Amino acid sequence: MKVTRTPHLQPTRTPLLPPTRAEYCVIACAEAWRDGGEILASPMGLVPSLGARLARLTFAPDLLLTDGEALLVRPDGTPEGWLPYRQHLTLVAGGRRHVMMGASQIDRYGNQNISCIGDWERPRRQLLGVRGAPLNTLNNPTSYWIPRHSRRVFVERADMVCGVGYDRAAELGSTARFHRVPRVVSDLGVFDFATPDRSMRLASLHPGVSVEQVREATGFALAVPDEVPYTRDPGDEELRLIREVLDPAGARAREVPEGARG
Amino acid sequence: MGDKTMTADEVVSRLSSGMTLGIGGWGSRRKPMALVRALLRAGIGDLTVISYGGPDIGMLAAAGRIRKLVTAFVTLDSIPLEPHYRAARERGDLALTEVDEGMFMWGLHAAAQRLPFLPVRAGLGSDVMRVAPDLRTVTSPYEDGETFVAMPALRMDAALVHVNRADRLGNGQYLGPDPYFDDLFCEAADEAYVSCERIVDTAELTKEAAPQSLLLKRLAVTGVVEAPNGAHFTSCAPDYGRDEEYQREYASTPWPEFAERYLSGDEEAYRSAVREWRKEREA
Repeated sequence: MKVTRTPHLQPTRTPLLPPTRAEYCVIACAEAWRDGGEILASPMGLVPSLGARLARLTFAPDLLLTDGEALLVRPDGTPEGWLPYRQHLTLVAGGRRHVMMGASQIDRYGNQNISCIGDWERPRRQLLGVRGAPLNTLNNPTSYWIPRHSRRVFVERADMVCGVGYDRAAELGSTARFHRVPRVVSDLGVFDFATPDRSMRLASLHPGVSVEQVREATGFALAVPDEVPYTRDPGDEELRLIREVLDPAGARAREVPEGARG
Repeated sequence: MGDKTMTADEVVSRLSSGMTLGIGGWGSRRKPMALVRALLRAGIGDLTVISYGGPDIGMLAAAGRIRKLVTAFVTLDSIPLEPHYRAARERGDLALTEVDEGMFMWGLHAAAQRLPFLPVRAGLGSDVMRVAPDLRTVTSPYEDGETFVAMPALRMDAALVHVNRADRLGNGQYLGPDPYFDDLFCEAADEAYVSCERIVDTAELTKEAAPQSLLLKRLAVTGVVEAPNGAHFTSCAPDYGRDEEYQREYASTPWPEFAERYLSGDEEAYRSAVREWRKEREA
């Protein structure tokens, strides 16, 4: 589907309200799928879903999207293919996919946990289970979305490693040649592993967030470059798509509330 | 070609404590709940259960029937964490073999093909290998020399699945968008029991749906149970969606109270208790 650009400087058009934190998060998630080509985008959670659909409608038109169930759909909901779970799992093994998962814990090398908190034998809190995280991380690019950046999530060591991080992938050698964690997006900023030892690095701050704030909310020593850029601004067309087409009810503000942090 | 129809109670009378049971569906989707309820009534326990877990696991775990669970997750989908399963795990009530979703699928394939294992890349580097010390790896005999997880066959004594339609011979049909893995469960089991929304004549099966909707072949099916609303409260598209309100009732009611009110009688008693609950809510 070709999106027609809204003409700029329409005399009747009121100026857009500045982007909210949630909208910066949508942009930061969308960027995960830039240059992905003709692959399946598998966003989990609302903000990543908005990001994937935004990318599909703008700079990554070849992406495939699902309806969250068994259908591949165009942005307007028109089915274009069938992807039941069994085919989805096979597709993951084939690698033509970039998934953005959640994480109950993530550590400095990108090891992720959604299974349980505490001792696995008898957990303090049982969570979902490993789900498809081991499969995802060894087979296709796996990014993460964390709506509330805190020391409880960004931990020194994940209690149960579901998604494989860079230190463990390195130990596997060529078997892990498809392993890649392109980015971690939180409500505070964007993170990657572009450091010599593949530990987590602050890649950009969402406007209004300070480096100190991120350090304070992170349970391990984060690599911070001398100059940290801000997450890019959404364009007018992107803001229009988010606000009028993708999420007119404003559900994104429930996942990332405005002004919740100082 | 025998008539394989039986009741849910007849199905569970053929099962016994200590068995390894596979349960079809996925999360809170097209689970053979009427058969699970019959299992609960029959007092069968000490089970090894293989399932992409949903409320089937929550109920059996709450009732203390699971000795060992093989799964990749347990969820109610719209309620991410299954509260009764969660409580059972936190009490240390059951042994768990936790594998990845893909490993699980290849375990079913291996069992269906009578192979001891299938090589998979998933699992390496993760703690799945740490918490399941029985898992072994296998090295490719070819030039690449790569190492993989040797996912063992998930062989089961019996499988329980629920589909939309079936004939009396055991040909089973799904009409929703996803077959899940129910055919593999049946093929991976020594005996497979299929409940369905409606038993129809064989000729009816292909009258309104394409032949590729015929998921289950009778050669892999032991018994057929007509169980209208038999996946309730999980979804069974297109016949019905998930009963979200009742699922919330299930998730928020202490287990003894829930079991007492809804599970102390037969399937008809269950249905009338649910009707009664709905009437109270609407009043």
